[in-house]
Amino acid sequence: MHLDVRIPLGLLFLLLGLILVGYGLTSDPAIYVQHSLGQNVNVFWGTIFALFGAAMLLLTRRNKSG
Amino acid sequence: MMLKLAGVDYLILGIYFAFVIAIGWVLRKYLKTSADFFESGRSLPAWVCALGFIGANLGAQEVIGMGASGAKYGIMTSHFYWIGAIPAMVFVAVFMMPFYYGSKARSVPEYLKLRFDEKTRSFNALTFAFMTIMSSGISMYALSLLLNSILGWNFHFCIILSGMIVLLYIFMGGLTSAIYNEVLQFFLIVLGFLPLVLLGMKDVGGWHGLVEKLNVLAQRTGFQPGTYTESWAHTGSASSNPLGVEWFGLAMGLGFVLSFGYWCTDFLVMQRAMAAKDMGSARRTPILAAVPKMFFPFLVIFPGLIAMALTVSGHGFQLPPKDGSYDYNMVVPLMLAHYLPSGMLGIGLTALMASFMSGMAGNVTAFNTVFTYDLYQGHIKKDGTDAHYLTVGRWTTVVGILASMGTAYFVAAFNNIMDVLQLVFAFVNAPLFATFLLGMFWRRTTGHGAFWGLIAGTLAAAVHQGLTIPAGAAVGLTQGGWMTIVHTYPSIMAQNFWTAIFAWTMCMLATIFISLATAPNKTDDQLRGLVYSLTEKIREHDTPWYLRPATLGTVVLAGAVGLNIIFW
Repeated sequence: MHLDVRIPLGLLFLLLGLILVGYGLTSDPAIYVQHSLGQNVNVFWGTIFALFGAAMLLLTRRNKSG
Repeated sequence: MMLKLAGVDYLILGIYFAFVIAIGWVLRKYLKTSADFFESGRSLPAWVCALGFIGANLGAQEVIGMGASGAKYGIMTSHFYWIGAIPAMVFVAVFMMPFYYGSKARSVPEYLKLRFDEKTRSFNALTFAFMTIMSSGISMYALSLLLNSILGWNFHFCIILSGMIVLLYIFMGGLTSAIYNEVLQFFLIVLGFLPLVLLGMKDVGGWHGLVEKLNVLAQRTGFQPGTYTESWAHTGSASSNPLGVEWFGLAMGLGFVLSFGYWCTDFLVMQRAMAAKDMGSARRTPILAAVPKMFFPFLVIFPGLIAMALTVSGHGFQLPPKDGSYDYNMVVPLMLAHYLPSGMLGIGLTALMASFMSGMAGNVTAFNTVFTYDLYQGHIKKDGTDAHYLTVGRWTTVVGILASMGTAYFVAAFNNIMDVLQLVFAFVNAPLFATFLLGMFWRRTTGHGAFWGLIAGTLAAAVHQGLTIPAGAAVGLTQGGWMTIVHTYPSIMAQNFWTAIFAWTMCMLATIFISLATAPNKTDDQLRGLVYSLTEKIREHDTPWYLRPATLGTVVLAGAVGLNIIFW
């Protein structure tokens, strides 16, 4: 029996996602005008990262109970 | 140009490194036998193997090289995917995997021993071991050079850091650790590069804006409008496109010989499929891998197209000049720096480093397996205990990393990673596909035929390269023409494709003639499970029709044809 790869995958993306969202909410909005066409990519992609990570972790749990 | 990282970017990089090593640490307790270390105990589900399959291939030449080629050659770079990978991946899954997986061989060279003889296996194992170390060293070198130029990190520190991280997680967790990290890296690349491409496309005014801007480039470089955004329309003659290749050389050289030579015989990728838990999963691995592979041009080639469009339109971004042209290898790092603010920049850089490291790890895991099973067990110590080979495998990993480091310093002399790799593939891989094709589908092929055919094919590659030269190139070992010049190709790409075509044809013919002239060295009984006509057909009654390799393969092929038509 191996470690389910979805566990580290889910944890990594959930953690990175939360960091991105946190940083996106507190960082100077000027960096988004300078780089990403004025869009706060950290909050948007951070949310996607976190959702992906959470989905992976949920899949692991569902498989275990099922 | 220096790139400024914020604390959050270092935090992201640090977390990723910690995860990578932690995976090795957790997996080490599951690792008991040499089969666990080298073959993941043949226990992984198809989707994990499939992501490892493309993750291992998604190394330096892919991410940096494809971005660079996208800027240099335009959308024609997608040929490396849509005809240069997908058909071969489907072919290996449907037709060849039953013999690789079914033969119980632990490596591709070992299949050659079972099918042919010891000398054919040893020749393949030696050239393959050399190639993996070279690729791994190139990855290491390219990564260190990149980090040095964009972050100002010390070159030697980067070599040691990347080497040590890869060494740690493979030493502890073996192949499983490498594959798991390839899965992580796959998602990092996809989710990390997607915002870059989306922002870039919005910036250049969508597809229409991109075409318009690249038409300006086409005009400047003396090509027809559309040359940089149409993949087949300008391949009527080699001089009408920047790749310098006509459709036949492209289809035969890249689409057939080089592509099948790589995707159907290279143990680096095959090892991932052979780690699958059963035959069905092993066969589905390359096909499942082909699905994301088909869409990779949008992730790795489009940054190059966008960078060129911005450069020609003076849109606040300029590729730095180099040798009268542009420094194409800087496309991807500079696009990351341009579009991603701190935070996402850390993700982009992590994805980039992950791709280099997993490219390296892929090579090192393939190297330690081939060295331990095919060279060490084959020639040095035949009857060791399983624990002994596990120890040898672990220490071979250390040696492999050290040799890669040595190579990293050595390859500093080459500048275009992509062209050098193509050259090596042409010499070694191109003839190989003829050997496997004959070995698996013509039972009369003999050991002598296979061995001398391979030698003849490899020599033909060297001779062809020695007699021809790309236009405008200096005579030399890497560019060719070192014997005498009998033909000049429009580009180095064209020369590489034709080198491969000659090598493959020579190997095919030589193997057939020598096989007919020598006595078969294996009985039909010994060849059962190794040759098509002597192997029982796989029963698929238990597998639903939509999960059968032939069905999945057809769907994937139809997708590739569709993409070729859309971007014709």
